[in-house]
Amino acid sequence: MADGLINLTIDGAPVSVPPGTLVIEAAKQAGVLVPHYCYHPGLPVAGVCRMCLVEIEKAPKLQIACATTVTEGMVVKTQAPAAKDARQSVLEFLLINHPLDCPICDQAGECELQDFVFQEGQPGTRYGEFAKRFNPVEDFGPDVLYVPNRCILCTRCVRFMEDVAKEPVLNVSERGDRAFIGIHPEARLDHPWAGNVVDLCPVGSLLSKDFLHKARAWELDKTASICTGCSQGCNITLDTRDEVVVRVRPRPNLDINRYFICDHGRMHYRWMNRGDRIEAPLVKKDGGLHATDWDEAFARVLAILRGASGKAVALVSPGASSEALAATKRLLSGFSWTGAFQVVMGEEAPLSGVPNLALRAERAPNAKGAEQLGYTRDYAQALAAAKSAAVVLVLDEPDCAVETDGALIYAGTVLGEDAACRRAEVVLPIANVAEEEGTFTNLDGREQRYYQAKPAPGMAQPAAWVLGQLAQEMGLAEVQ
Amino acid sequence: MGYPHKSHPKETVVLSQYFGDADARTFKGWTKRGGYEALAQSLKLDPVAVTDVVKESGLRGRGGAGFPTGLKWSFMPKEKKRPHYLCVNADESEPGTFKDREIMRWTPHALLEGTAIAAHAIRAEVAYIYIRGEFTEPWTIMERALAEANAADVFGDITIHLHRGAGAYICGEETALMNSIEGKRGNPRIKPPFPAAAGLFGLPTTINNVETLAAVPHIIKRGAAWYKALSLSNPKSTGTKLFSVCGHVQRPGNYEVTMGFPLKDLLYDMCGGPPPGRTFKACIPGGSSVPILTREETDACLLDYEGVVASGSMLGSGGVIVFDDSADMVYQIMRLARFYAHESCAQCTQCREGTAWTTKIMERILAGQGKPTDLDLLLDLSENMTGKTICVLSDSCAAPIVSGIKKFRGEFEAYLAGKRQPVMVG
Amino acid sequence: MTVQEDYQPVFTGRVLEELQTVLQRYPNKQAALLPALWLAQREHGWISDRIMAEVAEVLGLTPAYVKGVVTFYTMYHQHPVGKNFVQVCTTSPCNICGAEEVLKALLAQSGAGDAGATSPDGKWTIVEVECLGACGFATPVLVNDDFVENVTPDKVADLVRKYR
Repeated sequence: MADGLINLTIDGAPVSVPPGTLVIEAAKQAGVLVPHYCYHPGLPVAGVCRMCLVEIEKAPKLQIACATTVTEGMVVKTQAPAAKDARQSVLEFLLINHPLDCPICDQAGECELQDFVFQEGQPGTRYGEFAKRFNPVEDFGPDVLYVPNRCILCTRCVRFMEDVAKEPVLNVSERGDRAFIGIHPEARLDHPWAGNVVDLCPVGSLLSKDFLHKARAWELDKTASICTGCSQGCNITLDTRDEVVVRVRPRPNLDINRYFICDHGRMHYRWMNRGDRIEAPLVKKDGGLHATDWDEAFARVLAILRGASGKAVALVSPGASSEALAATKRLLSGFSWTGAFQVVMGEEAPLSGVPNLALRAERAPNAKGAEQLGYTRDYAQALAAAKSAAVVLVLDEPDCAVETDGALIYAGTVLGEDAACRRAEVVLPIANVAEEEGTFTNLDGREQRYYQAKPAPGMAQPAAWVLGQLAQEMGLAEVQ
Repeated sequence: MGYPHKSHPKETVVLSQYFGDADARTFKGWTKRGGYEALAQSLKLDPVAVTDVVKESGLRGRGGAGFPTGLKWSFMPKEKKRPHYLCVNADESEPGTFKDREIMRWTPHALLEGTAIAAHAIRAEVAYIYIRGEFTEPWTIMERALAEANAADVFGDITIHLHRGAGAYICGEETALMNSIEGKRGNPRIKPPFPAAAGLFGLPTTINNVETLAAVPHIIKRGAAWYKALSLSNPKSTGTKLFSVCGHVQRPGNYEVTMGFPLKDLLYDMCGGPPPGRTFKACIPGGSSVPILTREETDACLLDYEGVVASGSMLGSGGVIVFDDSADMVYQIMRLARFYAHESCAQCTQCREGTAWTTKIMERILAGQGKPTDLDLLLDLSENMTGKTICVLSDSCAAPIVSGIKKFRGEFEAYLAGKRQPVMVG
Repeated sequence: MTVQEDYQPVFTGRVLEELQTVLQRYPNKQAALLPALWLAQREHGWISDRIMAEVAEVLGLTPAYVKGVVTFYTMYHQHPVGKNFVQVCTTSPCNICGAEEVLKALLAQSGAGDAGATSPDGKWTIVEVECLGACGFATPVLVNDDFVENVTPDKVADLVRKYR
């Protein structure tokens, strides 16, 4: 056993954890999930739902695993009959006022009440014919609805707003079984990180209006991704149904976003499903763009590159993967090249309770990666240089206002209206972030991988592949 | 003296000596009666020495738990690095209990003096006296007394503030009381940390009941040995205790007796027994949160911490609720369940849902709609509500249910069998 | 329920000074919340949503936080009440001594009719409360800040006359 660790036994399995670890976390190490509602590793401990009651040898009564710190030699029995009885009774108490409206509840399938009832086995109720508590649905904020009838008063939402967002806009109102989650009539749950309360809610009491009745949880495919909303690099999951991104949720990463994402990032997904995509390579013919196959498009690009010399300019999106940016650089490495990008700026919105976590003013996921590859922020100078360049390559900047006397090549997902890219010699259709695998480097220089959540439309391919293939054909060495 | 009745010869009058004596309320009147001498004496002593005297006296907390007071004081950090606080629990809300109210009404300076001595012993610079919101008269009296005492500058470096509650039984729970002073909902806190480590405003805190502190000046003045000798039965229970007697007795009120005094003598000799033509049926000896005793158990009960436990209940706060043969135990137990359902803070699942559910079943039984399985259901719910929550409010709801069904089952069954006129509960 | 409210800021002038005195008793502003609400109720008669927002403002809290606290405590009125706010204890010890009869007599003779309702003349709001802590003086009745002990149904007429 490692030095400085506390050794204990959980359901017969020995575990060693750092001092100060809570029993509920130590149990996870032993592969034991102690059922719980109010406990959440990203929130201060409340100890109120009483669901995680376990037996601990030598303790006079059952203890809650979420508020009990490990001690040397501790023996925890989560499956002791008394503990199981206590947890079943908590479930019975929680269910007396909970409507069994799972068929119309968005949470069904990812509901911790369902899960733990299934796990612990609480087959029935003795509540009988008493009426369940009723309160009407309330509109809490831009994206959050509150369904009080389903609420189990775990207070995760209240603690998130109070202790993490530091804007206590939710409360527990009233007492006893009349209690509910309240808000002041003059207030709105519109904090830039408010949407996390929907993820934190273990039941279907806090709902996202954006996701309302959109899909059933079990129909969703989940893909690990990185948020493209800003340069923070929050880890997310893209939920897709039938190859459409329908929801973005945070994926825990203790070093970057803990358990949270901001609302801007949460809503920053509709563009991934755009219908007006470039689905085939296009080449300029008779003054207009015409669809063709990859072979002809590649041949045109190669002819342009082989026939040109001198200056080349790349105008790239800071939302492109590092792999695509490297391939662009490689493709132009035979020229005297410059590359630049521009970043859309917005208001910075920190999550006060978490150090170094904010919706960043720079609304681009890979500006740092672009910089590290030698792209500059001097977009104006690059635009000016483009005028006299032999070759200009625009990477997924559909509204780029470039003018050039040389040849314009555009690799992108969509074509801007009346934009320069429509005058390109060749247009190469590429995949968007949801349709490819790639790497972003966040503002602190952390490189993070994202994965493909859905197929690209038509003939579109990942930019890294398209540009890499071309560089290969040109016989250019990979950039270091 | 005595209020509302003259002191009975069998009483041991210490705390209640000046009940009913309005002159004792004033600073002048109080000092004339020897008041504030114990404080002056204590302030000259080392805090540890004061604590040792109280430890030696055997004084135990009079709020309900009966924890040794001196020992509690000694839990405060030995080395003082941060401010310390003293909280005084004057949130007397336990049904059946009204002793602290009389202490504050008649001898406000006794409480202030005890508070200052305790603050000195635990090296607290600030003490908050948390008075329940409904105690308008005691509040006014305490406010006046505090102003007088401050004007006379008797507290040394200790500052005493009054803090008014606003209607919540649970604020009598020590950590809920601290939350309430901090301007929060009166939710009990999970322990650890215990108040001596992190209490009010996160700082080392001791909390004592009014009656406990009112006894302290007497102990300092007359010595630990004197107090310790006040014990009629078990030597672990010392001193005098105020018992608030209410319900079906001829002379309800506060009576001060030596620990170990027979409950039967209290009820018959002092309180005059049941109203004419009636007989006692049941008694709750320590405030509504403790198990109910039958008449036989009551007759054999000795009033100290151990004696009441031996009889099947607990001494609690010393609020004695007496029921005669006219009382409908089922209805009264429903009232108690409803009380706890009303007062549950809503934090713990078992308490929030269990107290309300229990009340509904009790109401159903009274309405003649009870099911044959209801008593077993009530007992099972009570089991699930006991020993599993942050504080003991839900245990307190279970206590009268469990003891009531056990000892007065016939009354429940009469409702269930339709042999009793249903009561529609509003 | 919509309530006509004649709202004037409470914490100005003398009341604000009182609050400043209260604040000196505590190490932070939040701790003055209960006393601040007492002051506000004394001045405004009840704790409306706007009062909560004002209290939040002066103490550096959010209105929602204040509302959570207000709704926890039973003595802060969340609706306007009659000139005489009467609390009648009907918990067990008083109950067995006839508290429900006292309540009935008060409701009938004051004209309030139902518990919690305000009489048409605006003079009476009578509520049933849990334990007032004066069980030996059954039935205790709290009329505004006056604590009246030993009320029996036959004493109700005098009580109503006195406060009318």
